[in-house]
Amino acid sequence: MPNKNDSVKENKVVLENVNLSYSDGTESLKNVSMPFVANSTNVVFGPAGSGKSSLLRLFNRLNDLADVTLLEGQVLLDGENILDPNTDVIALRRKVGMVFARPVVLPMSIRKNLTYGLELAGEKNKTVLNESVERSLNQAALWDEVKDRLDDPAIALSGGQQQRLCLARSLANEPEIVLLDEPTSGLDPISTNKIEESLQILKKDYTIILVPHSVHQAARTADYSAFFLQGKLIEYSAGKTIYTNPQDERTRDYVEGRFG
Amino acid sequence: MNKKSTLSWKEYVITRLIKASGYSAIIFVGMILYFLLSQGLPALQEVPLSSLIADRWYPIEDYYGILPLLGGSLVVTIGATLIAVPFGLASAIYIAEIAPRWAREILKPIVEILGGLPSVVLGFLGIMVLSPTLQVWLDLPTGLSAFTGSLLLGGIAIPTIVSVAEDALDAVPRSYREAALALGATHWQTIWTVTLPAARSGVLTAIMLGIARAIGETMTVMMVTGNAPVMPNGPGALFAPVRTMTATIAAEMGEVASGSTHYHVLFFIGIVLFLISLAVNVTASAVIFRQVKRTEKLLS
Repeated sequence: MPNKNDSVKENKVVLENVNLSYSDGTESLKNVSMPFVANSTNVVFGPAGSGKSSLLRLFNRLNDLADVTLLEGQVLLDGENILDPNTDVIALRRKVGMVFARPVVLPMSIRKNLTYGLELAGEKNKTVLNESVERSLNQAALWDEVKDRLDDPAIALSGGQQQRLCLARSLANEPEIVLLDEPTSGLDPISTNKIEESLQILKKDYTIILVPHSVHQAARTADYSAFFLQGKLIEYSAGKTIYTNPQDERTRDYVEGRFG
Repeated sequence: MNKKSTLSWKEYVITRLIKASGYSAIIFVGMILYFLLSQGLPALQEVPLSSLIADRWYPIEDYYGILPLLGGSLVVTIGATLIAVPFGLASAIYIAEIAPRWAREILKPIVEILGGLPSVVLGFLGIMVLSPTLQVWLDLPTGLSAFTGSLLLGGIAIPTIVSVAEDALDAVPRSYREAALALGATHWQTIWTVTLPAARSGVLTAIMLGIARAIGETMTVMMVTGNAPVMPNGPGALFAPVRTMTATIAAEMGEVASGSTHYHVLFFIGIVLFLISLAVNVTASAVIFRQVKRTEKLLS
């Protein structure tokens, strides 16, 4: 086991028998039960259509927008079932940040992008907002590149910078969990590297849940890995053993690149 | 080889056709402008400018003051804008962002049918239903007033605004909304702070098209505004009869001697109308283009 202090880390989120399907029958989750460990990078990987994105969108209830016909089971965040209809979804989404596959910068300045979440939450204090801008940009390794042009439109940044801005933006909300849905799929290797490096540092303070865009990225970043196939959890393991010595035939085939 | 040459020949014809239709728009506008100027500018020689910019319109006795008509158009158009913009935008936002899918599929076509209603039908409704009702409700000497005209013109502009603004809102990528929601924005905050600003240029176009529709509308205003060329003074003018520039041209052009002073002055009014809609359009595109240029500059 690579993590010596495994025993002190607790499960941030636990899925219990989650079933999910959409009205058109595509990509669903079948009886998924698994933990997501706090202060670690939890990787969820598998081929397209395996339910990774659906899984990720459970955590901030973004699935509410989709045509979900069936949703059963429990998603326990710190012991509370967030699928409960009485959950305060807005508060939940402040606690659970998300970075999408394509960078989505909002049509406003760099600074506004970063303060957007806090301002929505009612924060007006300029000092607090400015500190949060600098802190979050530093965490996403973007501060040095944009500190002199915070009031420029965010759309003027390069793709890699935009994606780091999106990461910084979700961090500005001071979430507890950061969801990343193939955050580097459209990026060059250098930008990818920067984001992966940021994640290594961020996991000290946050629970990272990452859908990587390749098995290689999964192997590089994972502390805990779950392999999904057609909505089913096939194999779950701590450390990197799933990449070097997978237990399941299907995991082995996928990791070794026999299908994908 | 042979095949390629027919293809390029076809391509030549098609590109030329597209080019020609593009230029024809410019040529037609140019020709309309030339005709307007040639018929309208003599008015400046026949009537001194000080008499044109005066507050009495009584052509039979050679009073050609166009200010009451300009004022009438302004009152009615501003009234219509004040009604149409909030209602139009609110409906567009409802249809694009809030309404369930089945409601959207019913509402959008209905709005488009409303936009295609002939204005004379609306004018008829205005005369028969709206103006008697308003006369009783508001206790006015006559129901044929600028207010009635504003209400109807607002109604005419609303479908234009709704339709164009809804398209613009609908074109905002879903990912923008998801990003805002994922940051903890409520549905309304997402609409107000992300979707609307992202659709800004389209929404602005919608408003400008709506206003242009209201300024240029003739039939309805002629039927319901009472057609009294009185100088509007004060807020009370909203509830008094007025006459717009368009209604004046439509009502008087038929009975005027071709080439007379009156005839030239009517065309001069046409020039003024042309300039107003030009100003509206130039302002609108200046606002939109400035945005585009700024983004382009930054992206290059």
